[in-house]
Amino acid sequence: MNQNSTTIAAISTAVSTSGIGIVRMSGKNAIFIADKIYKGKHNKTLSNQKSHTIHYGYIVDNGYIIDEVLIMLMKAPHTFTGEDTIEINCHGGIYVVKRILDILIKNGARPAEPGEFTKRAFLNGRLDLSQAEAVGDLISSQNEYALKSSVSQLKGNIKNKINEIRKKIIYHTAFIESALDDPEHINVDGYGKNLKKEIEKLLEDLYQLLSTCDDGRIIKEGIRTVITGKPNAGKSSLLNSLLGEERAIVTDIAGTTRDVLEEHINIQGISLNIIDTAGIRDTEDIIEKIGVDKTKSYIESADLIIYMVDASTPLDYNDENIFKMIREKKSIILLNKSDLDMIVKKEDIEKKYYELFPAKKEKNNLFDVPVIEISMKTSDGIDEIQKTLRKMFYDGKLSFNDEIYITNVRHKNALQNAYESLKRVNESIDAGMPEDFYSIDLIDAYESLGSITGETIGEDLVNEIFSKFCMGK
Amino acid sequence: MKYSANSVWESKEQYDVVVIGAGHAGCEAALAAARLGFRTIIFTVSVDSIALMPCNPNIGGSSKGHLVREVDALGGEMGKVIDRTFIQSKMLNKSKGPAVHSLRAQADKARYSSTMRQVLENQENLEIKQAEVVNILTENNRVSGIQILSGGIYYAKAVILCTGTYLKARCIYGDVSTYTGPNGLQAANYLTDSLKELGIKMYRFKTGTPARIDKRSVDFSKMEVQFGDEHVIPFSFTTNPDDVQINQVSCWLTYTNKKTHDIIKANLNRSPLFSGMIEGTGPRYCPSIEDKVVKFADKERHQVFIEPEGIDTNEMYIGGMSSSLPEDVQYAMYRTVPGLENVKIVRNAYAIEYDCIDARQLKPTLEFRNIDGLFSGGQFNGSSGYEEAAAQGLIAGINAARKLQGKECIVLDRSEAYIGVLIDDLVTKESHEPYRMMTSRAEYRLLLRQDNADQRLTKIGYEIGLISEERYQNLILKEKLIDEEIKRVSNTYVGTNEQVQILLEKYGSALLSSGTSLAELIKRPELSYDILSLIDNKRPEFPKNISDEISEQVNISIKYEGYIKRQQKQVEQFKKMEKKKIPDNFDYDNVKSLRIEAIQKLKEYRPVSIGQASRISGVSPADISVLLVYLSGISG
Repeated sequence: MNQNSTTIAAISTAVSTSGIGIVRMSGKNAIFIADKIYKGKHNKTLSNQKSHTIHYGYIVDNGYIIDEVLIMLMKAPHTFTGEDTIEINCHGGIYVVKRILDILIKNGARPAEPGEFTKRAFLNGRLDLSQAEAVGDLISSQNEYALKSSVSQLKGNIKNKINEIRKKIIYHTAFIESALDDPEHINVDGYGKNLKKEIEKLLEDLYQLLSTCDDGRIIKEGIRTVITGKPNAGKSSLLNSLLGEERAIVTDIAGTTRDVLEEHINIQGISLNIIDTAGIRDTEDIIEKIGVDKTKSYIESADLIIYMVDASTPLDYNDENIFKMIREKKSIILLNKSDLDMIVKKEDIEKKYYELFPAKKEKNNLFDVPVIEISMKTSDGIDEIQKTLRKMFYDGKLSFNDEIYITNVRHKNALQNAYESLKRVNESIDAGMPEDFYSIDLIDAYESLGSITGETIGEDLVNEIFSKFCMGK
Repeated sequence: MKYSANSVWESKEQYDVVVIGAGHAGCEAALAAARLGFRTIIFTVSVDSIALMPCNPNIGGSSKGHLVREVDALGGEMGKVIDRTFIQSKMLNKSKGPAVHSLRAQADKARYSSTMRQVLENQENLEIKQAEVVNILTENNRVSGIQILSGGIYYAKAVILCTGTYLKARCIYGDVSTYTGPNGLQAANYLTDSLKELGIKMYRFKTGTPARIDKRSVDFSKMEVQFGDEHVIPFSFTTNPDDVQINQVSCWLTYTNKKTHDIIKANLNRSPLFSGMIEGTGPRYCPSIEDKVVKFADKERHQVFIEPEGIDTNEMYIGGMSSSLPEDVQYAMYRTVPGLENVKIVRNAYAIEYDCIDARQLKPTLEFRNIDGLFSGGQFNGSSGYEEAAAQGLIAGINAARKLQGKECIVLDRSEAYIGVLIDDLVTKESHEPYRMMTSRAEYRLLLRQDNADQRLTKIGYEIGLISEERYQNLILKEKLIDEEIKRVSNTYVGTNEQVQILLEKYGSALLSSGTSLAELIKRPELSYDILSLIDNKRPEFPKNISDEISEQVNISIKYEGYIKRQQKQVEQFKKMEKKKIPDNFDYDNVKSLRIEAIQKLKEYRPVSIGQASRISGVSPADISVLLVYLSGISG
């Protein structure tokens, strides 16, 4: 079945200043369009090539070379979408990637709608059940339906908070509605005064939630993760070990200085940008000092710190410095066992922490940084790192990759809508409108919040009315 | 009980439509079919019980009043009959917004019933027949007629089931149980088995009614009097308002107390619910007094309304105290209520159990999905209330007729009418209790007002053929006058002259510092279109019988403009999903990405649109997305 006669194209890597960008094109004319703009050696044409091959060459527009590229040629049906697919690996940078997309469109492709590649994959039977569900969610996020995946990402506190707010909203709505349904038994006159106070509180709660939304980080490929520690603590071997576990390397770019290497990896669906830094120690060496300063600034801007401790040598003032630097950050501490005896234990880390920050203990603010013992030699503990990362991510402690951003925008809009609706309730109260007008906006707020937690109204209101208020007859 | 006939005979008459049951659903169904030109016969177990009101003695009430108005706007009968037989009338929620204003009238039960009976008796194309229907006859999943208890067979092209609470009915109080319909009327004991044989899934529901008492045994001096409205507004758009300004009777308010509750609590073990004698599911919205006392134990008292059953009878209804406790407990508990110390019970309170269907077997047209030409309406569909019944009966009657006309059936959606909400809920949502209309069920209630039912539905009624040309032209005129008047007041400016400022001051409204339009002033909560007539020198004269209605429409349209526009926007969104139709023969098994539960539910309900599918419990938003994606793929 191929009802999609048009060929679609989109930038499939995040729009960023990363080293490599991929522009993807799918559809009946994908190869034909690619041939129009591709210039390879010996005038080769892509349409004559075998499926699933890579071709070096240039993208040319009006005789001008735009970029040096690798083109992946994949013919139907064994592609993600089930259609002929071209992937152009070009040099990253917003300008080049967009330019290539423009050229594709000029030559007959159409910009893909959000989720359209996956939609085609689904329609062409290329996705299994669970994948398709998630896809449906993703596509319909424009149709106001809750993203199921987003619901599972929304864990713990925020969900509880939203449910708490919803519970209050439905209670007040049910009271008003029960009075409207049974005015001779239940009186709602003058309820606006009470309600307004309640709404003020709810507005404040919503405002708090809204202020936690972070939409300043649009251009991000993943969670900015910095590996730090004293020199020779085993940072680089950790990075290699993580990369070895996961073969899903997307980009591999040299950092801006020799001292910082950035890797993009994907651990069970969570994207991390890992930056391996120069070891931190007090130094007079100018070159090394630059590296250390750089590291400090990376730590400042990181979403997550992985702090590698060499367990074979005692904690010293360099460790103390690192502790201070990462104190306000989300972090994981790794105790790297070498062949030598473990001198530093989990308890020592905790002890050191309270020694440095006594105030925290008094405030009952306990040390909650995960400490994991690992062995780079036997790879013990790598699993646990992954598990811990996942847990932090799903608990909402880490939340800055692309997917989460989409989710956040939707959540933020929903929160914003709920906020506006509640504000309108107060406006109605102030304007002296009758009580039945309040419930119109109350229900809207309830519904908006429900779209975050993935719940629909259904019979909620009717159930609440009957369970809380005694109806007559 | 399975019916076996001793002698079978065939009626010589040819009918188009058979209606089974002559309650509020059956009456509307039969009238609609007959009025649309189809030869119709209506069966009832007792001609004396046509349009019987076996429970509360009123028509309308919150959201139910809307239904009556809508029935009337489509060309139904209920509104006209209650306008001729009411003995008290009130507009409920008058201090609230126009969306929740709702008419409720106390009926003279006997006169309501006999008036409706006369309408039926004099209706061309309609015959009344007293007989118990025992079988539904089908050929190849198409209805062909019915059989009655005597063995007689009546052939018909369409059959409408409106059996109310009569199927295998059983009335219970204390340890007494009788196999009768309401008021000791004969139950219909055979039809259930015939329906089951046709593969129809049955439920057993329960409801109840309070005692009726002798007016002479009531001390009204201990109660608060409840008057009707000074100015009565009729239900029917065709009734001249002057004709309903009658002398009204009063109702009375009193309360239960601790003594009442103690007696009830002490005797709960004698309740048939307690002993397990009642299996049916009761409604939460009209709980028995025992339910109320148990469930809301912290409430010190409950209201009790004493309402007359009619002009020519001493019987009164004890609103708020339905019960299935034994007779001696009923006496004891009623007599604790102030004013009822010496009360004499004419008819005991009782609970009633009856067979009804799981309405999810119906299309939104109220035709059975699996049996062509078989329709149903009313309490048989799992609803409750006279008004809900009438609304469904009317739609079932209209659609049976349209099917025979070869026309597309009528389905009102949730944004068009309470009737649409009612039927959509019934055929879409799983329900374990009799369904009652509630204003909170209507998402777009600001648009579905009782005052604009004619503007919403009378054109549809006209197209169907139940609204006369004259009535239709009157509506067109009314709408034109409303539109023109809204334009006029929006473009009429008043200055800051003394006359204006005096008026504003009188109503506590801020004085004007510069000129403004009348429409802007109408928007102020303390002012209205009517109030402003004093400073509106060019206000036109409207035809007297619709003058009030026009003023009301102009006032509401301008005053609540912002809210109304917002709901209209929501309706647009809603319509988009309703318009995404799912083909009749859509194969859900083919959509591999749907969850198993969703596939089962969707196959069971066979929703007509994505919108309807989204309201089915057990179908998740993710499933809807998958369906959307899949359907968009099919349509290209």
